[in-house]
Amino acid sequence: MAGRAQPVSAFPGIGAALLVAALILGTLAAVAVRAEAGTGFAASDWVALRFTLTQASLSALLSVGLAIPVARALARRRFPGRSLLIALMGAPFILPVIVAILGLLAVFGRAGWLSQGLISVGLEPVQIYGLHGVVLAHVFFNLPLATRLILQGWQEIPAERFRLAAQLDAGPLAMWRLLEAPMLWRVAPGALAVVFAICLSSFAVALTLGGGPRATTIELAIYQAFRFDFDLGRAALLSGLQLVLTGAAAMVALRVSAGEGFGTGLDRAVRRWDAQGGLARCLDGFWISLSAAFLLLPLAAIVLAGLPGLTALKSTVWQAAGNSILVAGISTVILLGLALPMAAAVAAGRNGMTELAGILGLAASPLVIGTGLFIVIYPIADPFALALPVTALVNAVMALPFAMRILVPRAREVLGRYGRLSLSLDMQGWAFVRHVYLPRMRAQTGFAAGLAAALSMGDLGVVALFADPDFATLPLQIYRLMGAYRMEAAAGAALLLLVLSMGAFWILDRGGRWHAEA
Amino acid sequence: MLKLENCRIMNGGFAVEADLAVAPGVCAAVIGPSGAGKSTLIEAIAGFLPLSRGRVSWNGSDLTRAQPGKRPVAMLFQDGNLFPHLTAAQNVALGINANLRLADAEWRRVDEALQRVGLEGMGSRKPAALSGGQQSRVALARVLVQGRDILLLDEPFAALGPALKAEMLDLVADLARESGATVLMVSHDPGDARRIADQVVLVAEGKAHQPQPAAELLDNPPPALKAYLGSA
Repeated sequence: MAGRAQPVSAFPGIGAALLVAALILGTLAAVAVRAEAGTGFAASDWVALRFTLTQASLSALLSVGLAIPVARALARRRFPGRSLLIALMGAPFILPVIVAILGLLAVFGRAGWLSQGLISVGLEPVQIYGLHGVVLAHVFFNLPLATRLILQGWQEIPAERFRLAAQLDAGPLAMWRLLEAPMLWRVAPGALAVVFAICLSSFAVALTLGGGPRATTIELAIYQAFRFDFDLGRAALLSGLQLVLTGAAAMVALRVSAGEGFGTGLDRAVRRWDAQGGLARCLDGFWISLSAAFLLLPLAAIVLAGLPGLTALKSTVWQAAGNSILVAGISTVILLGLALPMAAAVAAGRNGMTELAGILGLAASPLVIGTGLFIVIYPIADPFALALPVTALVNAVMALPFAMRILVPRAREVLGRYGRLSLSLDMQGWAFVRHVYLPRMRAQTGFAAGLAAALSMGDLGVVALFADPDFATLPLQIYRLMGAYRMEAAAGAALLLLVLSMGAFWILDRGGRWHAEA
Repeated sequence: MLKLENCRIMNGGFAVEADLAVAPGVCAAVIGPSGAGKSTLIEAIAGFLPLSRGRVSWNGSDLTRAQPGKRPVAMLFQDGNLFPHLTAAQNVALGINANLRLADAEWRRVDEALQRVGLEGMGSRKPAALSGGQQSRVALARVLVQGRDILLLDEPFAALGPALKAEMLDLVADLARESGATVLMVSHDPGDARRIADQVVLVAEGKAHQPQPAAELLDNPPPALKAYLGSA
């Protein structure tokens, strides 16, 4: 049977999906062809593989393990600032990695607050570089995400169940067995898989806090093979390995995960009658304070450390900031140009392939796409001259899966609600797009654009591959300043980057919701 | 004459057969048990559901393969008849040009239509600033400017209170009489049918029946209709 008629054509979206697929699969093919010329894996590659898996497993276990008591505490307590804290837990997603690392260094580094405290009582300072530093940074980024995912599970337990449990006078153990354990059993594996998959393709964290032969991820090894040895064959071989890993992890994560942590309504407080005892209150207070401190102290440290440096920023930093704004702007435009037609095509139905192309970016790693693009561009043009557009393009493709998750449900709603009316008014094609689709999608478009701009602004990935010494984006410039041990200048630039990223997100997200009718 | 000849309408796994004709200018109520296929019948006439067999025509011209917007049909849905981000006047204007490119004379037609439904001076308001009844009036003003031969109503006033619903039905009847449009309206309520309908199309057990004079049919219901109406 033929499907329902739709007022918007699926073809532009299918075209965009084909472009994305061609970019991801084409660069992959370029990598594969090149990899055959390689000489097989070296011993150091297996070390990198083992380190990648170890750090991702540890990061996932710690993030989710700690997120369970935090989410539980947030689910059953109400206190002033609760919704602010929960909203803040969405922030690490768009927080530039390099900024967070500078913040973590200021708190946990050799000269950081924690070490100072330890030294003052006669203990040894903590060591942040290496495996535990990488895991620490990953937990910083993913504990809030895991908390939101698990909190969502808690919020989805119907309020009536808690009422029933209270009526039955269920104690903590009964509560656990009746409500909480079954929910966690459903939600926690998804959270574990998501965090594991994210940590697999960690580049910037490993670049700054890892390094050395014993703390190198595969992404970092690709970069090193490329940048230091210019061994394209080996970079290609490692890219192939990375692709198998991220692809498999993304498949598992998509299969077992329920939400993506973007859900609204997380700040809704469910009325609870259990856990009113003093001990339970103290424990919950402990977990909430600990997670808030872990999240807020590094951010506070960046602001404190960055303020003095902010007034003395060099022109190179301002130039890099200009490049970053340009990259973020172009990247956002590319993203919307791809995602809006694709969301329409998916919503119009019968486009499984388009949906697949949308999530392909989850399995691809930016360094792999970057390597492939380099291999393709190298014979015909100077890749270093194309650093800016390539970075913008790769950033857009990496943001695409998230944009699709935001846009598709709304696009379905718009077509479902207004599709027939528009058809009966003979409002099709561009008229529908202009007068119905775009205006109705505005809030979600703003949100997606904000995410894309912030992610691109803070990205330190493919740009490290393509940039020559004369070109830098702001995150890359901060990395270079850190490498030159100019920590004050780095902190100032990091504060600037923080303001730019969050500002871009805020402006675009606000702009989308400004005067938008429900 | 709106004709459905030997039609079979598929809606998911469910099918409705229709073989009937509605004379021009008639107001017909489509009644029957819920789930019997009233909306399916209306949607097929509007062109939203494909026919697996048969032919739909209006005054001899075949509509079977025509796109919804190309049929001589205006339709009001159960809900979502207005775009919330457009003003009342823009919502009406869509009935003249879906690109909202209207000549001055056409904008005057929009104003006249709003005036006719009792919304003079409210053209610049958005739907959120209008009451439920006023929103229905905007949708009716659009039907007016569309000037189509057939008007299909899929219970657009179901969410309104009884008095307001009656007022809207009377307005529909007036507008249809002025323009000579043929009306098919889905209804749950035999009272609606008695109020404005000349004829009744009974849809029951997967079949849409030939229209019958309303008063006669409702006074002496056949078994299928009797089962639906219950013993009064």
